[in-house]
Amino acid sequence: MEVVSNLFVKDRVAIVGAGLTTFMRRALETPRELAWEAARQALDQAGLTLKDIDCVVIGSAPDTFDGVHLKGEYLADGSGAINKPMTRVYVGGGTGVFVPVSAWWHVASGLCRTVLAVGEEKMSPAHPHPQYVFRYIWDPILHRPLELNLIWIFAMEMRRYMAKCGAKKEDIALVSVKNKRNALDNPAAQVAANITVDDVLKSELLVWPVNELDISPVSDGAAALVIASENVARQVTDSPVWIDGVGFTLDNQHWENRELAFPRYLNYAARMAYRMAGIERPWKEIDVAEPYDPFDYKELHHIEGLMLARPCEAWKLLKEGYFERDGELPTSPSGGLLGVGNPIAAAGVMKVAELFWQLRYEAGKRQVKKPVHKAVANAWGDLMQAGTVIVLSN
Amino acid sequence: MGSGRVAVIGVGSYGFRPSTPEVSFQGMMFESSQRAYADANVDPRRDVDVFVDCQEDMWEGIAIADEFAPEPIGGALRPTFTVAGDGLQGVAHAYMLIKSGLANVVAVEAHGKPSEIKTLQDIYYFAMDPLHVRPLPTGNPFFIAGLDAQAFISRTGATREHLAIVAVKNRNNGLRNERAPYASRVRLDEVLSAPYSVYPMSRYEIAGFSDASITVVLASEDAARKFTDRVVWLDGVGYSTEVGSGSLEWHEWGRMPSMRNAALTAYRLAGVSNPEKDISLAEVEDRFSFMELLSVEELLLAPDGEAHRYLENGDFDFNGRLPVNPSGGSLSMGIPLEATGLGRFLEAVMQLRGEAGAHQVKGAKRAVVASWRGVPSYTSVVSVLSSDIEG
Repeated sequence: MEVVSNLFVKDRVAIVGAGLTTFMRRALETPRELAWEAARQALDQAGLTLKDIDCVVIGSAPDTFDGVHLKGEYLADGSGAINKPMTRVYVGGGTGVFVPVSAWWHVASGLCRTVLAVGEEKMSPAHPHPQYVFRYIWDPILHRPLELNLIWIFAMEMRRYMAKCGAKKEDIALVSVKNKRNALDNPAAQVAANITVDDVLKSELLVWPVNELDISPVSDGAAALVIASENVARQVTDSPVWIDGVGFTLDNQHWENRELAFPRYLNYAARMAYRMAGIERPWKEIDVAEPYDPFDYKELHHIEGLMLARPCEAWKLLKEGYFERDGELPTSPSGGLLGVGNPIAAAGVMKVAELFWQLRYEAGKRQVKKPVHKAVANAWGDLMQAGTVIVLSN
Repeated sequence: MGSGRVAVIGVGSYGFRPSTPEVSFQGMMFESSQRAYADANVDPRRDVDVFVDCQEDMWEGIAIADEFAPEPIGGALRPTFTVAGDGLQGVAHAYMLIKSGLANVVAVEAHGKPSEIKTLQDIYYFAMDPLHVRPLPTGNPFFIAGLDAQAFISRTGATREHLAIVAVKNRNNGLRNERAPYASRVRLDEVLSAPYSVYPMSRYEIAGFSDASITVVLASEDAARKFTDRVVWLDGVGYSTEVGSGSLEWHEWGRMPSMRNAALTAYRLAGVSNPEKDISLAEVEDRFSFMELLSVEELLLAPDGEAHRYLENGDFDFNGRLPVNPSGGSLSMGIPLEATGLGRFLEAVMQLRGEAGAHQVKGAKRAVVASWRGVPSYTSVVSVLSSDIEG
């Protein structure tokens, strides 16, 4: 690690490159190979090589998916951490967005000038199905003996949102329809499709009110970002994307005691990030958003937590086309987790990569119609308790 | 905010016993955190800006174990996150958080409860590359350390006796330390006559496992003054990974380049130009006896290949020129998994405050702390601490 001369002078932090593997079920590549594929693309876009990278931050959710203990150590060389400072940060499903959040302080502290931020997840090897990994996420004494399934508690949260906000299943299904359609323009997408609300309602019922098409799929994939100090960013690109704000909050694990209709943990994280970014009215100031959407109701939930819509109003705005790619405030223009896929930590990094491309007008057919200046992404995880937020600008 | 030094204003620990049946891992986390907050004179719900927890899923037996991080350490509905790594890496994050200006006060917690793991050896195998290493019939996952120990011996000319002297020194040092369940009045001939566990090391030279939780509270210089006068400065941190656990073949056997790189960064930040002269106390990695000698070399506290001669001269003894692991090190205190590095850190802080009790060394002004994440990783973390407190 080369220590910069102007150590501890606070510097702006920018994203200068992004990379993304195709998301798929049962990738043939090993986790290390997936990580390197994304890392190499991000370096290529930044016009840098591994020699130019000072530090590496890795994000990956449960070790059990890849079936490797100390997964950060395992992914190190695939993520470019050869004789470099490397740490793996971890907030469950919120990890993806947390990777660039953590990279921010690596650079802002003056300790690293360039950071390679890599998210990787390979869920397919879990046998017989990744849902079985979720048997081991519960409190070992109070909940694990109940043999809970993760979809159950999300079904409870969806049900609570519907009850409190008056949203119907068909209102919520529109998220899935929008995101899977947006994903048709994403070459990395795993489950892009032109579907209707009816298709969602008629897909297999898993746990009422959650049907199969309400949920993102099981995926393998990786995504990476190159994050740099202002000095370096100015040298390597004319269009850096600035990290204006970062926020993160973790609630306690007692999901059963919580008001499930509104994601308070996310709201706190969003307020932290907006304060840092100097954003007072996010619903007016944010031009494009990538709210975390592993389930369709979660996108609405998160739009409200991010204060892009009032509580219980996101579903109404959705019906008016407000969140479409050519709408007032496009959300998940990438296709989101519902369309592109959900290799957990990689999916969060993918969302930040999408905003990076949107803010550089490089998203091609996915580019939103309106001019964009400020963007926000979030991820969510653990037992419905983690909120991670990043605010970007061009 | 942001400039200025980083201070350690509180430490707390619980456990350091082979088993702790009276508490859950959350109970341990609560105990150590409560003690650290009392020590630092902070209210976690008001004064701590960011909480960092250090743990690994498979050690915990819980997928997404970080779910259980916030509550016992006071971080619920606050900025809390987990580092899947050694506690000292958490300290490095705290250092960066404070230097970046994002936080004024950061709490770092790490814990390990190996007594609750039924299949410790299998979990070590799960850390090996699933295609190239895990299927090998190696018998004991520590074989990798054995290979490194032999490469170290053949490079430096150190002998089996030197490794044994490390074990004798540290296990006897531990007798003065109440946090050292594996301390013992062992003699050199006993170590040398014990059968090999992992060639070329006997069981005396391989640290046992212990349950422990450790919490430390760090603060910016300005914030620190508000809470306490007993400040220990964190002058520098560094961490590095040599290669991934999937590419052991790229490792430079008999050396630990990750520790050298981490040390160079930490020394540079701390303004240490001549470690051998500037450092007066070392708490370093010794989960395998040879690792203490190798650490001393990689930390530039002895020239390449000379550490065993310094050891022979008694330089690293409790009353020596440069006491190394006066606490007894991991050989006495055990391996509380990801809390291992923070164990070394805790001991160094107590020494620099002059509060180490029966194992207080004299005249310690500046300490280096080093940790390696253990088999099969090649990641190391180093920090440099100092204090103006009269011990």
